[in-house]
Order: sequence, then structure tokens, then C-alpha cells
Amino acid sequence: MKSGFTAPIGQIKQIQGTCISLIGDDIDTDRIIPARFLKCVNFDSLGNSVFEDDRKTLNGKHPFDLEGNKGASILIVNSNFGCGSSREHAPQALMRWGIKAIIGESFAEIFYSNCIAIGIPCFTLPKKSIKDIQQYNDNKTLFLEINLKNSFAKSKGLNLNLNIQESSRKMFLSGEWDATSTLLENEHLIENKFNDLPYLKFTSNYL
Amino acid sequence: MSQNTLFDKVWDLHKVSSLPGGSDQIFIGLHLIHEVTSPQAFGALRDKNLKVKFPNRTVATVDHIVPTDNQSRPFQDDLAEQMIQTLERNCIENKIKFFNIGSGNQGIVHVVAPELGLTQPGMTIACGDSHTSTHGAFGAIAFGIGTSQVRDVLASQTIAMNKLKVRQIWCEKKLSNGVYAKDLVLHIINRLGVKAGVGFAYEFAGPAISALSMEERMTICNMSIEGGARCGYINPDETTFRYIKERLCAPKNNNWDKALKWWQSLKSNENSIYDDVITLDASKVEPTVTWGITPSQSVGINQEIPLLNELHPNDQFIAEEAYEYMGFEPGQSIKDTPIDVCFIGSCTNGRISDLRVAAKVLKDKKVSINVKAFVVPGSEKVAKEAKKEGLDKIFIDSGFQWREPGCSMCLAMNSDKLIGNQISASSSNRNFKGRQGSPSGRTLLMSPAMVAAAAINGKVSDVRELINK
Repeated sequence: MKSGFTAPIGQIKQIQGTCISLIGDDIDTDRIIPARFLKCVNFDSLGNSVFEDDRKTLNGKHPFDLEGNKGASILIVNSNFGCGSSREHAPQALMRWGIKAIIGESFAEIFYSNCIAIGIPCFTLPKKSIKDIQQYNDNKTLFLEINLKNSFAKSKGLNLNLNIQESSRKMFLSGEWDATSTLLENEHLIENKFNDLPYLKFTSNYL
Repeated sequence: MSQNTLFDKVWDLHKVSSLPGGSDQIFIGLHLIHEVTSPQAFGALRDKNLKVKFPNRTVATVDHIVPTDNQSRPFQDDLAEQMIQTLERNCIENKIKFFNIGSGNQGIVHVVAPELGLTQPGMTIACGDSHTSTHGAFGAIAFGIGTSQVRDVLASQTIAMNKLKVRQIWCEKKLSNGVYAKDLVLHIINRLGVKAGVGFAYEFAGPAISALSMEERMTICNMSIEGGARCGYINPDETTFRYIKERLCAPKNNNWDKALKWWQSLKSNENSIYDDVITLDASKVEPTVTWGITPSQSVGINQEIPLLNELHPNDQFIAEEAYEYMGFEPGQSIKDTPIDVCFIGSCTNGRISDLRVAAKVLKDKKVSINVKAFVVPGSEKVAKEAKKEGLDKIFIDSGFQWREPGCSMCLAMNSDKLIGNQISASSSNRNFKGRQGSPSGRTLLMSPAMVAAAAINGKVSDVRELINK
């Protein structure tokens, strides 16, 4: 775990940091955080275990172990990243390792919504652009400054127009990605819905 | 944009508001929780000083971490014991109904809720588990959520979500003898791929789907998520209503009549508009087995593992990774692949009909001496019924170990794990690298009948050669 980890809070307008490239399609959440690490009642100690089995297999050569990637905070991935299990432990582990934003070809749906819910913006770019970034990042450090206002990322000599779902972008800018209080603002509408739904009228009183 | 599908109707019915960012606020009719993805959500509620809004719309059971051999408390695994105690405490403090071990109703959350009659047509159902799509088999809109959304449902009974598109998967004709729902869904995922479903709800329809039992329909919807679709569903019909009637939490007497009338009005219309429609011929589906590290990497039992150049360029990268991890050669036949471990169970295929089919294959036969085989009923109810029918005895006589209910080696959070690079024939849902507890373990997904056939022969086999003799 990173010492002094603090979870994001409130509006997220800008993210800057160096990139870490992880090459591969369909990287599932079992690989991001193997199931045995789900035996916990909080997320605090997950950062060290991110990609545990892949890292052991590569014996120090996994991107998350390379010296040059220490302190990186923007993860560059390929397609369908985060498929499989709904475990929020996966983005929580990435976040606790130090990841603050992810740029990829595409994301699995539940992983994407988990990232939004904990304050990790996920951006997409075409396959070719991701490949170019990963190749560049292979032997050079890439420092990116991402601006949520215009979904623009820049570095020395590289400018990228990132794609992000409009609803997610707005939520990061307003701080409403931490949805609970926004949802509770509609308390009377929720109660109306509870009273109106047909099946809640005829459902068994067993519970 | 889809119109007049069951998905549209249920979504609109549950929409509470349009949120400023553009998402919808959706009411969750039934919330299911288990020990793995809920503790941090209850913790967050405490941190925010919030209460569970509608405690009687959340139901809990324990499944992922439970040992399947010795279930006496405290569990031998301290962490597992801590997790069950945390769930017990959270349920008591928040007045949430908890089906604990020994209640007669404990089991895998996606097996338990349908068999209790909690899962009903027209509901929205959420659970911190990706296989929540299972409940779509009843014409509910059901999907997995993460822990932060579990927190939101506990606090507000709603979540923020973008509406999904709807793809109809129309299945013509009927499955042939010895071919099961698992084969059909593996076939569908093979055809569409593991990410085609992102952004979609899958509506499974057509004569081949209508002919399926409720338990087979659950197998299909369960694996929607393996095709990338967070939600999969089937329009409710007489098969659905018959299954629900008389179950513990089903509407009773007058309420049953009212419920039935409403449910009958719920299906997609003749004039429904879909964002996409796919058609396939179910009679051509063969017993299907995965050979790789994603659920779409599968072949019919008599086919060979595809060559690289036979695959779409986008699928070649992961295929190369799969050949290497699995230790298989492109062009190699999947049939006769030696098996070390056979596992029957999981929310995909751990129901009573799955156990019946496997037991029928195993009756009067012996498991190969090279194979460790075990069966994990999906719930205490499934186990009880199986014992009543003498299925436990058939399994044990054949050489299978008979275990207590839980998720077990589907994801190996308990002590049921592969060792080293063992190969399992598994009735579960994921063949990801390391999924079954060993970082180099290998998983071949198949139907319970095919697992039984593999257990007898010690290698991947065509179950039709055993049952059609």
C-alpha cells in the first residue's frame, strides 16, 4: 500500500502523472486482484496485491514492478479491461497502488462503473493511438496532464483528444461521482416509487 | 433506441429521476447481498452516518467463502470466519433477513433467491456480484454492481446508471439430445465474443429458449456477463409462473392472481424495436468446451482448437496468450484432453436439474482413478432434494466427493483449489488465468453432463457417446 494514501474527494478536474503501460486484451478482475485477496472487510491493504499472480509469474518484469514505473498514476491498457467479476476490489487495488486515471481501447461495464464510483476517470482512445502510446512509453517516460473540462491530455510533444462518457465527465467536474448524497436528494421521489411499484403491493410479507 | 421491449418497460417503471449528469436514477426492487462485496458498503454507511432505507428489500446469504467440507464454526480459516461474522452483525444491526448456514435456505445467492420465490418478473434486481444477470431468466432486469453501488442501494434503494441498449438473440429450433443450455450459451459467447455485450442488455428469445426449463434459462442468463452484457433476460411465460407458484416468498391467494395478471402483461411486444438482432440455429449447437482463457475461446467437442489465422485479427492476441498458458497447440483436438479435477457446481450449473443430469451419466459407472471429482450443490435446498432422490449416493458410488453448498472452486475463495497447472473440467462460468485458485491452473468450461463424462473417462469426452448407448 502507498503510504499516505488518500481517496479522491469532491470535484476532479485535472489529473497529472506519468504513464504505466499494461499490454493485453481482456485482462479480467481475477488477474487484477486474485480472489484470495477478497477475504477482507475493508480495501486498505489491497494495493500491494494488485496483479499478484501475474507479477509472480513474470518475476520482477511485470510493469507494476519495473523501477521506471514507480510513482506512475495513469494506466494505459488495451481492450475490454476489467472484464469478469464485479469486485470493486480491482479498481480499489489499482487506486491504492497509485493509479488515478485509466486510458484504454475499451472497458468492461461493471469495472467502468466501479471506477466512476470511486473517482477514477476512464478514457478511451482508438486501438492505434493506444498502441502508439504504449510503444512510446516502452522506453521513455511519458508525463501526461489530463484536463477533464475539455477531455484533453497533453505532454511534451503529444496532444490527445480523449473520449469519455459525457455523464461521467460531468459527474467528475461537479463532484457527483460520489453518488449517495445526490441520490438521497430525491428522497420523496424514491418513497413515491416504493409506494407505486405494483409488485411491492402484492409481494409476500415473509420478509 | 429500443422501444417497447421488456427491458424498456421495466426500466421506465423503475426510473426515479434523470440525474444532472445524464444518467437515470433507478429504483432497485430487490437487493441481494453476500459476505464478500457488502462489508465495505456497510462500513461506508457508518462513515456517512446513514441508515438502510428499506431493510426488507435486501436479503442476505453467505456463499463465496464457506468451506464445503467442514462447516462447523468457527471456520478453520480465520479470515472467512471474520467475513461471516461481519455479515451476521451487519444483518442484525440493520434488520436484514439473512439465510445463514443451517437455515435450510443458505446457498449461492443466485440459486437461493429464485428457489425462495424472491426473484419475480418485472423487478429490478441488483447484487454485488456479476452473475446477478441470472435472475433475468424470470423477466427481471438484474445486474451486478460494485461495492460503492451496494452502499448506494442500501442507503437509497436506487443507483445511478445509464440506460442500456437491447440486443435480441433469437434462437431457432431446439437443442439436440445431449446438448444443454450451457452449450448454447457458450456457443453464443463464442459467436459474439466477450465484449460485444458491453452497453447492451441481451434478450434471449425464440423457440429454443421457450422450450427451456427455468433452471436452464438461468444458466443462459447467468453467463450474459461473460459475453460482456451486464444484464440478460427472457420474457416470462407459463414456465416462469409455474416455477414461482407456491414458493416461500411468492405472492399468495388474491395477490397471486394480481401478480399473474401483471406479469402476463410484461413481455416485449410484437412491435418492439431492438438496437440489434442476432439469429442462430440451436439445433446445430454441439457439446461445447472452452480451450482458452476467456469464455469465448470454445469449440464443439469434435472440433480442433483454432489456428491463429482462422481467428479474427482482434482475437489473435489473446489466443496466443491462451495457447501458451494452456499448453495447447493450435489445431489440436479438444477431445481426449486429459483431466485432473472435475467440478460440478456454481451459480451457472449447481441446481437440482444439473445434478440430475450428471447423476444420470454417472449411474453405475466409476470416476477414472486419475481424476479428483467433487460436486457442490448450489444450495441447502438443492442438497436436500438431491438426497431425497438418492443422487448423493450415485455421485458417491461413482467416486465423486459430495460437499456442502457454496461457490467453492468456481472462484476458489475457500480451500477448494486447483494445484499447480492441473486441468479441470468445470461446470462453472470462468476460465480466466488463475481463476480456480492456482496461478497456473487451467479450466475447461462445459456442461455438467460433459463434466461427468470427463470424470468417467479421465479426459474430455462426448457425453452423447455415453448416454446414447
